[in-house]
Order: sequence, then C-alpha cells, then structure tokens
Amino acid sequence: MTQHINYLAKLAAQGKLGRREFLGKAAAVGVSTAAAGSLLSSAAMAEGPKKGGTLKAGLAGGESTNSLDPATFLTQVSHDFGKCWGETLVEVSRIGEINYRLAESIEPSADAKTWHFTIRKGVEFHNGKTVTAQDVLKTMQRHSSDDTKSGALGVMRNIESMKADGDVFSVTLKTANADLPYLMSDYHLIIQPDGGMDAPDAGIGSGPYKVTVNEPGVRQGGERNPNYWDSSRGHADQIEIVVLNDATARTAALQGGQVHMINRVEPKVADLLERVPGIQVKSVSGRGHYVFLMHCNTAPFDNNDLRLALKYAINREEMVDKILRGYGSVGNDMPINGGYPLFSEDIEQRTFDPDKAKFHFKKSGHEGSILLRTAGTAFAGAVDAAQLFQQSAAKCGITLDVKREPDDGYWTEVWNKQPFAASYWSGSRPVQDQMYSTAYQSSADWNDTRFFRPDFDKLLVEARGELDQAKRIALYREMGVMVRDEGGVIVPMFNDFIGAVSDKVGGYEDDPSGEMMNGFALAKTWLA
Amino acid sequence: MGHPILNLVAQRIALGLLLLFLASGLIFIGTQILPGDVAQSILGQSATPEAVANLRKELGLNDPAYVRYFKWLAGLLQGDLGTALSNGKPIGEAVSYRFSNTIFLASWAALFSVPLAVILGLFAVQYKNRWPDKLISGVTLASISLPEFFIGYLLMFYVAVILGWFPSVSIPNESMSLLEKLDTIALPVTVLVLVVLAHMMRMTRAAILNVMQSAYIETAELKGLSPFTVIRKHAFPNAIAPIVNVIMINLAYLVVGVIIVESIFVYPGLGQYLVDHVSKRDVPVVQACALIFASVYITLNIIADLVSIIANPRLRHPK
Repeated sequence: MTQHINYLAKLAAQGKLGRREFLGKAAAVGVSTAAAGSLLSSAAMAEGPKKGGTLKAGLAGGESTNSLDPATFLTQVSHDFGKCWGETLVEVSRIGEINYRLAESIEPSADAKTWHFTIRKGVEFHNGKTVTAQDVLKTMQRHSSDDTKSGALGVMRNIESMKADGDVFSVTLKTANADLPYLMSDYHLIIQPDGGMDAPDAGIGSGPYKVTVNEPGVRQGGERNPNYWDSSRGHADQIEIVVLNDATARTAALQGGQVHMINRVEPKVADLLERVPGIQVKSVSGRGHYVFLMHCNTAPFDNNDLRLALKYAINREEMVDKILRGYGSVGNDMPINGGYPLFSEDIEQRTFDPDKAKFHFKKSGHEGSILLRTAGTAFAGAVDAAQLFQQSAAKCGITLDVKREPDDGYWTEVWNKQPFAASYWSGSRPVQDQMYSTAYQSSADWNDTRFFRPDFDKLLVEARGELDQAKRIALYREMGVMVRDEGGVIVPMFNDFIGAVSDKVGGYEDDPSGEMMNGFALAKTWLA
Repeated sequence: MGHPILNLVAQRIALGLLLLFLASGLIFIGTQILPGDVAQSILGQSATPEAVANLRKELGLNDPAYVRYFKWLAGLLQGDLGTALSNGKPIGEAVSYRFSNTIFLASWAALFSVPLAVILGLFAVQYKNRWPDKLISGVTLASISLPEFFIGYLLMFYVAVILGWFPSVSIPNESMSLLEKLDTIALPVTVLVLVVLAHMMRMTRAAILNVMQSAYIETAELKGLSPFTVIRKHAFPNAIAPIVNVIMINLAYLVVGVIIVESIFVYPGLGQYLVDHVSKRDVPVVQACALIFASVYITLNIIADLVSIIANPRLRHPK
C-alpha cells in the first residue's frame, strides 16, 4: 500500500493527479493529511524543480525604514531579500560546509594568514557588468573603511590588507584565522558592482532575482534573472515578500493562500497549524539561544558562587516545555551547541539542582533579592521565562525581583548596560570562533557578560589559527567549559526556527543556520 | 450674512494655524524626550561603537535641540519635510504615498459609515423604543464595544480564511484596478465602519430626539406632516451641529487612529509608517507624521465649528 501511495504522490507531483484528489485518496487508505502532505513534498523534491509562477513569502521582521544597502541590513526581511538579489563569495551549507558561490576556489597560506579567492568567471551583475575581483575588493573596502556603518565591520577588523590581481582576490590577516571563508559568508558582504561605492542601495547584485518592487516594510519583489549562472536556483518567474509583522496576519495569509510560506510561527500555534490541510510546519533546531546575562564585573554578579547559584536555580526542561512548547532544546550555559562544527558532545549537562544552588548561594554570602530585567522584545516569552526563573529560584531560597522594561529602547538602555537582563543570540554566526569573538572576548563590543579573561582570549586566538582539527576541538572544549563554569551567561534553551510552508512549495529543506532555509527559501524553492 | 461669516472663518483659520504652530513645538519637545539615540536605534543590537559615532556625525545629531527645531520649521515653511534619518530618503515622497493610502481607506470607510449612521439614526428615531430601534442600537453598540482588533481577527478568520471571499492582506498597488483595490480593502473598511458607526448613529438619534421635544415639532406634527418629513425638514436641520461634530471626530479617527486596523490587515498607511519610525527614533519622520495628523485633526474640527455656526442662525448673527 505504501508503494501505491508513493506512486500516487509521484503522479500528483507531476501534475497528473490533483493535489486535493491525492489527499482524498491518501485519507481513504488511512494516511493522515499531514503525512500525505509531506509525502507529496518529498515526491515533488524527487520530481525536480518546476519553473514559473509567482512565489510569495509572508515574513515578519521588515520595517519601512529598511534600505537595500547591504551594509545596513539588520532585519530578517532585508536579510532574506538580500539572498534573492545578491550573492556572497561563499555560503555555509546545511551541514556546515563551505559552498562556493562567487568564489570558485579558496587557497589559504600554510599559516592561515593569507587567503586567495579565485572569482568565478562569466557571472554577470543585473546591470550586465561582469563580476570581477576588483568589484569584490571594492565591496570589502566599503564594508571595512573607517567611516563605514556596515554590520560586517566586526568581521572585517582582523584584515590587514586586501588586493585584487587578475581574477584572484587576496586577503592578508593581522592574526591567523582558519575560519575566514565562514566569515566571508556574512550576509552583509553581498558583492556589488564597484562595491556599491556610488549607489549602495541600488539593489544591483548577481543573485537569481532582479529587484522589481521595493516598498520597504510593505512588499519587495523580483523577477527571475535570466543570466543567472546556477540552474539550481531561481525557479519562479517572480518572487514577492510581503511584510507581515503580525503573527495572526501571517497565519491567516498562509491559510487563505495569499502567501506560500511564513516565518516565525509561534510555538503555541505550531501544533494547531500542523493540523491544517495543505500546510506543513517546518521546525529546525539551530544555534539561536535565549540568555540571561550577568555582568561578571558588577556586584553581586562578580562572585562566581552567586553566578553558579543562579545557574543551578534555573529549570531548563521546564523552560523548553513551557516557553518553547517543546520546539527547542536545553542549553548548557555556553553559547555553543551541536549546531556548530567542532563541538564536543561530552560536556556534562547542567540541570536544576536546588541543593547546589543553595550551597553556592550561601557560599557567596549575598543577602537580599536580585533584580532581573526582562522585556517582551528580549525574546519570545521572555517575561514568562523570567517569572518561571523567579519561581524555580524561590525553591532554592533565592529571591529574584523581575522588572519588566518597555520594549522600546530595550536594546539601547538595558541590554549590555544593566547587570542582569534577558536577551537572545540569533545564532547567525556559523563558527564557534565568531560567536566567542563577538561576545566573550575581553575586547568585544558586545561582551554583554563583561567576561574579561586574558586566559580565555589567549585560547581563542590559539584556536583560531590552529589548522589541526583534533587540537582545535580540544581548545574549543576547554573554552566552552570555562564559559559554562565561570562565565556570566545563563543559557536555559536553544530555540528552534519554526516556519510553515504550503504544499504547493517544492524543494524546501531545513537549514540550521536560520529561519526560512537561512533566508534562501525564495531563491531555492519552486511552485510544485 | 457676508462679512461676519468671513470674519469668523478667517478667525478660525488663524486660530487653527496658531494651534498648529504650538503643536509643532510640542511634537518637537515630545520627540526630544524619547529615550534612546537615533543612531543606536537605526543600527540596532548589532551596532558597533564606531558605526554609531560615524552615523551620529553624519546625521547632525551633535547640534543643540533648538537649532534643529528652527532648521526644521524653516524647512517646513518651504514645504520641505526633510530627509528620513534611517534610510536617507526624502520624507515627502514616502509620506505622500502613505498618506494617500490612509485617505483612500478612510474615505471609503467614511463613504459607507456616515450615510449609514445617519440613516440608521433617523430610523431609530422613527421607531423609537420599538424593536427596530433596539436592534440598531444593540448591534452598533456591540460592535463598538468589541475591540477593533477582535472584530478584525473575527472577520479575517471567517471571511478570509474559511469563506475565502476577501484577502486578509490588504496591500493595494498601482497596477490594480479600482475594483481590485476595493476588494483588497474590503475587510479593513468593514472593521472601520463597524467601529465608527455606533458613535455617529447614537449621536444622530440623541440630537434629533432632543429636537423632537420642541414645540415647533409638535406644531409640524399637528399641521399634518408625515413623520419623516417632520424629521427631514424641521428636526434634522436643527440637530445638525452636534451630528457634524461627532462625524468630524470620527473622520479624524479614521485618519489618525487606525493604526491597529492597519497593522492587522498589513495596510500600508501612515499609522504603521509612524510607528516604525518611532521605534527607530527617526525624529524627522515622526515630526512630519505627527504634524500631518495634527493638521487633519485641526482642519476637521474647524470645519465642524464652521458648519455648526452656519447651521445655527443665533451663531450666524451674533449680537
């Protein structure tokens, strides 16, 4: 019977059997709608891409203030639209490997300090110009100049010099970095003609779609780039992103058939949406995590026993159950999980332990209550999570005062300013080195736990330049344990990315790097 | 007639302008005391200190506040709303697109709701305290009592998702015909009509009932006019002042207060635009939008005043 159903799914994928008809037949032999839907989509995948149609996504995370200048990209919609019209040198694949895009090959020097990127030949920008190493050089210069506002500046800081020679773009670093190709996959680093020096927000790139509609915060769209070099992308005639910041509006638009895919399905409605015929919920565990941040240099958090007491006083399982409704996994007080390459699985999992919490709290000598700041914007469910934390801490004899701050201004006035506050990390940094250098190195701008440890910084630099995998894994393990046991971050949970896709979409594959196939959904999927 | 009316109109308009000037000052002060820094907000969580410093310098945020206020005012008088800090685009363009959307939605909502409210009000008076009156009052009061987002979601669920009659996402664009545009905005218009109907209907009913107690109405009835003629020729003209006032307040609401309906149906109006820019601390845009809202409010109120004056002989010929 399975064979029969698979055969029907194949027919449906080829368009010889109506979708509704197929679901009806499947239901008749006792296959649930959800299972039949996923059969249909895998059949569509096997059938290969179909050309044509207008593929629409309803996405949260767009604002009328968004610009097409990649240096200013910050919101989800800019990020996703950028992957439709632009392209970077390399990308990180679903399994964490480097995919060559505008760079055809990469050649490091033995000390990992000088890197040569050979630029793919014959690729054209939307304005008809050919992509050259010179364009790459200009792009990188724009993102690293002294007066840049680029979000990729942090990535570029370690660069000592760059040059373009023929079709090779070369980078020389101040200190060795074995992860440089990963850094070059940063979504800000879209290669633009002449680096976008004269018209940074022109929206001219080399991606599978050309920009046709740009109404920031409302809708953005493109048409297929007929000269695109890679036939595995850009299947639809047109794509459109409709900005739907309201969660209910998003689900309604998907159910009403106005869009084919949506991002950020709330965990509490994911189960309900799963039961809707014609819609599949796509959940993927990633590197994004929710955190409670303690400043290691501010009393009372400058005492490691107090920090440990709070780490033992949080109930991680309960948080995953109640805040994420099971769409996530427990954290271990370090920003790294199995989603990263070179992760050591054998680090012991910290659990809720009132006895240890009491022990460390007593040892710290602290008396009185502790103020925890939170806000709706800190992460989805941050206010509830703070209250759960308050309750579990009370069981350990620790009094937490929870203060709800206004969403407006939270990132400027509270995060990275107040000594104990809720926050999140999106997990958009694909390698451990980047995560640690962004937020745990002493000199990092966003060292939001005020973790000033020269020995940690030394390990970080050492691991960065180490080309021997086994040694590198050991170094990262040591750093992870250090943050876990002595750092200021409490990581109760890693959140899944939950999206939902209509059965009409073919070729959707989960990508742990980010929601909506890490932003590639419109570029890679098709209308089946 | 003639001169006293013109004087009154001129006086009202002058007062309106003064009010607008005061409002501009308040708006400016209001935007200055918002916490947070525009450069930081534009760059968000991933802002590096260098990037923030570079942006601050570029945006001229280092000038004192009063300098910026007078620069802004001078620009306004020349019809220049300034440049959005967040994306460097001229505000005038973006605002006029958004404002025309808002007006489009508001005028269709008004086109349906105002006549409907007045007619329903007249009906309610006609059948006072009988079942049509109670039905009309009950239904309109229920729709005004439910929060507008709730009505919006209800309509979205039943009309857009289950029945599939109208789209739940209301984004009109230039390539659409008028009919397609109306189809697109059907749901938000319905919600707005339901929300503003009760207020105007109840006011019409109350104002006319009030007039109906007068002796001259009794005279009109006694000389044998039909009930509707009595309302139309004698009661309505005398009740028009309060009705117009309420209609204007509701029209102003349709323009300045529809942010919730806009965000539910993702309608690209001015309200959504304003909120986006408040959260980005994009002060020039916030000021421009607030000033537009203030002018709409003031203009509609001036119109209401003038209509009341013209409709009332005692105000028309002051002693």
